Amino acid sequence: MSFPILTALVAVPAVGALLVTVLSQKRPEWIKLVAILTSVFTGALSVWVLSSFETADAGFQFVSKHSWIEPWGISWHLGVDGISLFLVVLTGVLFPLVIVGVDPHHDHKRYLAWLLLLEAGMMGSFLSLDLFLFFVFFEIVLVPMYFLIGGWGSEGRVYAATKFFLYTMVGSAFMLVGIVSTAILAREQIGRLTFDLVEIAETADFATSTARWLFFAFAVAFAVKVPMFPLHTWLPDAHTQAPTGGSVILAGVMLKLGTYGLLRFGVYLFPEAALWSRELFLTLAVIGIIYGAIAATMQKDLKRLVAYSSVAHLGFIVLGTFAFTSQSMTGATMQMINHGLSTGALFLLVGMIYERRHTRQIADLKGIQKVAPIFAGAFMIVMLSSIGVPGLNGFVGEYLILIGSFLTARWWTVVAAAGVILAALYMLWAYQRVFHGEPDEANRTFPELRAKEAAVLLPFIGLIVFTGVYPKPMLDRIEPSVKALITHVSEKTGYQEPTVPEPIEVEAHEEGQP
Amino acid sequence: MNVDRFTGPSIAWFDLSPLLILLGAALVLLVVGALTPKWPRGLYAAFTAVAAGASMVMSFVLWDDVTDQGARTLVADAVVLDGFSSFATIAICISLLLACLITDDYLRREQNDGPEVYALYLTAAIGGIVMAMANDLIVLFLGLEVLSISFYVLAASNRRRIESQESGLKYFVLGGFSSAFFLYGVALLYGGSGSTRYDEIVASFGSVVSTERNDALVLAGVALLLVGLAFKVSAVPFHFWTPDVYQGAPTPVTAYMASAGKVGAFAAMLRVLTEALPNWKDDWRPVVWVIAVITLVVGSMLAVVQTNVKRMLAYSSISHAGFILVGVEAAGHRAGEPDAGLGVSASLLYVMLYAVLVLGTFAVVTLVGRTGDNETDLSSFRGLGRTRPALALAMTVLLLAQAGVPLTSGFVAKFGVIEAAVGEKSYAIAVIAMLASVIAAFLYLRIMVSMWIADPEPGDEQLEAVRVPFATALAVVLAVGFTLVVGVAPGWLISAAENATTIARSTLP
Repeated sequence: MSFPILTALVAVPAVGALLVTVLSQKRPEWIKLVAILTSVFTGALSVWVLSSFETADAGFQFVSKHSWIEPWGISWHLGVDGISLFLVVLTGVLFPLVIVGVDPHHDHKRYLAWLLLLEAGMMGSFLSLDLFLFFVFFEIVLVPMYFLIGGWGSEGRVYAATKFFLYTMVGSAFMLVGIVSTAILAREQIGRLTFDLVEIAETADFATSTARWLFFAFAVAFAVKVPMFPLHTWLPDAHTQAPTGGSVILAGVMLKLGTYGLLRFGVYLFPEAALWSRELFLTLAVIGIIYGAIAATMQKDLKRLVAYSSVAHLGFIVLGTFAFTSQSMTGATMQMINHGLSTGALFLLVGMIYERRHTRQIADLKGIQKVAPIFAGAFMIVMLSSIGVPGLNGFVGEYLILIGSFLTARWWTVVAAAGVILAALYMLWAYQRVFHGEPDEANRTFPELRAKEAAVLLPFIGLIVFTGVYPKPMLDRIEPSVKALITHVSEKTGYQEPTVPEPIEVEAHEEGQP
Repeated sequence: MNVDRFTGPSIAWFDLSPLLILLGAALVLLVVGALTPKWPRGLYAAFTAVAAGASMVMSFVLWDDVTDQGARTLVADAVVLDGFSSFATIAICISLLLACLITDDYLRREQNDGPEVYALYLTAAIGGIVMAMANDLIVLFLGLEVLSISFYVLAASNRRRIESQESGLKYFVLGGFSSAFFLYGVALLYGGSGSTRYDEIVASFGSVVSTERNDALVLAGVALLLVGLAFKVSAVPFHFWTPDVYQGAPTPVTAYMASAGKVGAFAAMLRVLTEALPNWKDDWRPVVWVIAVITLVVGSMLAVVQTNVKRMLAYSSISHAGFILVGVEAAGHRAGEPDAGLGVSASLLYVMLYAVLVLGTFAVVTLVGRTGDNETDLSSFRGLGRTRPALALAMTVLLLAQAGVPLTSGFVAKFGVIEAAVGEKSYAIAVIAMLASVIAAFLYLRIMVSMWIADPEPGDEQLEAVRVPFATALAVVLAVGFTLVVGVAPGWLISAAENATTIARSTLP
């Protein structure tokens, strides 16, 4: 048997969390060391998964499957495919950066323990191929995030943390009933009780109306998590009140649980229902894009602005998912990573501003470019990536989503494209107010980017530029799995993906010839 | 004069050994305890705990025995020995064991140490076990009364606290009232069916009670019986005693009441409904449905607005009762059928897991209550995460489990019940139950906020420091360990619960 690398991805941070918990409070440097080592090791493992991933294989790789709760037919079933691969890597990369780069200021031990537990939960959520197992991880990540927001957040933290916890739990309530119903209804066709995602999706056929109900039970949970309009109201509160590390993780990977869940569970298990309800989701997605952009424009708090921009960005991902073309879905999958990188980095930068000035109000900041040009430059690159400027990663994802969606959801795409312009509006306007002009008294002493901060930001910016310039390695790995999913949908429902005209082969001309 | 000699029924002493051990221990405590000077520190509790352990071991032996030999009735069909009764007996013995660990330190702290409380614990356990074993409504009533009367006295057992006295009296008055309902129900059922024995009540359907004839008498009996049982499990709208009694009673007694009392009451309810009244399941199941829903909703909603932790947990226990009733409702779909479905085993498993959870939770509340047992307000938990991080962490695990977070036993319990309900296509009640658990989660979050997040306020430092004596700490560790182990690897326990209920089914008429 080969090394169970996916199990290790879940187990290593969990063990790290345990170690941090039992280590003495009096040894803060050991605690920090253990936390950094385990998270870096997990990150290295995830990169190893990436490097040994079979590019052309659309199925699940590195699968590890063991029976767990036999009377209920539940197994420890982990696997990774093109859709989850980069989310796993992003999780693996983001956590060490957060642990190294963000200082919680108090109770380091508990903070690090919760963070590592959160990493284990996130890894588990992205790797689970068993409905029960997925639910376990999906629900367990609430607890560390609740404590991170509640314990290390700003003034309104208790309210925000509670709101976050309860909103998500309401969604989960429906999903749990949905999961159990799915398994029990599938039992009639499979012959035994199983919660295995692949087995149910491939063999069970639900009655049309049943599948629609079940799909909605799942979709509510994911829609809260995404969050989709009108279930998004927890997000600005949670983001604004969370500590910087919490915000980065929340935006970077946790929100992806919703969009990933829609793809992996919603569309895969109930293709007909997903197709049937696509207009609803497309509409809500587009409302989210426009509404998020407008709301972001109005914000006075920089962090809240970024939070609302997340609502808009995730709208794009949902749009791409429910447009049901291979380009749009590939774009959506890629955009999950892009958003994680750019919004994660933005939250880091906003956190740095807060560390320096103890305010996030746009009105209090002015002319920072003059005193901290490198900081402003870093902010500029990340912001442009978030806007979707060509040459940076955000452009590739958004472009794929829009071009793919145009074939099947033309008018929604037209409106969504306006969201791209609005993104430029709120981001550039905010940048202008914060960084341009003459610094006033309070901002004149704004410290320049420190070496340690630069070291944390550099991987973000590197990845942003790299995937923007050369997205091929990423797309090559995502696309086969997305195509397989579309084929699955076609087989189950008879849906025909509109054929895309083949790109015209441009012949290479030799130098000098016309 | 020629009078038939009364011949007593043959008694299988060995099969009754779990009960007899507890009974013997209770008598020893009362008689020897009264005649001898005060026993050395901790000995009363240790003695009771050993009795509970012995009784539990015997239950395992008997369970093994009925697995091979099949279920059987004892003492002239008065009680039945099967997997179901063994499972319930074990659950009650576990509750008793943990309760002893908590009570020992508590009684010494409150300067109230003595054998009486333990003797009452033992008799309450006997009552609970008899309720679970009963095969006759009269026997069930006896068990119910033994349990209840023990609890009335226990609730009032802290002589120094006026609240304890009040709670005992309240419980007594309301409990007596509900017993009357129950007894009247038994009488009507007897009138309608001609027997009080479960199997004979089932058999009467079609002969004494026929489909053509009006069975109003039986239905009225069933209704009154349900009132009595719903009172015992503290289902809405028969729950009014619960917050007051839970708050006023000494905290360890509350813990024991919420665990052993619930196990006995739910075991009895499951048995009566599925084994005595399966023929009227279409009549009682909708009633259970309605009671379950309002119990869930009212329990969770009222829990949220409380400020006293004991009161909060009382309402949360009402909400948990609603959850178990969801399982009872699921059991109702299959009552009397060869394939019992998952309802009975899921409910049984839930009540067992909840018993351990609630004992652990109240153990922490006992410690935080400090001398005098009065610091049970939410504010008393403030800063526990700083002063007693291990205790706060244990409480956090227990509260998360009560909220039904995965990898804890609470999730396993909830999942089982939801699975049972969905398996019977009771989708609506499953969704309502899950949503109610979200509302209830808010309450557990409030306690956690108080422990970990809330800022200290002036006056906090004047409070007595929370002492953590060994025995209570052991109880908390055991409860937390059990919660996590079952949360991570629940397979064996699920199989055990299913096994327990199949033995009850396959061999009884």
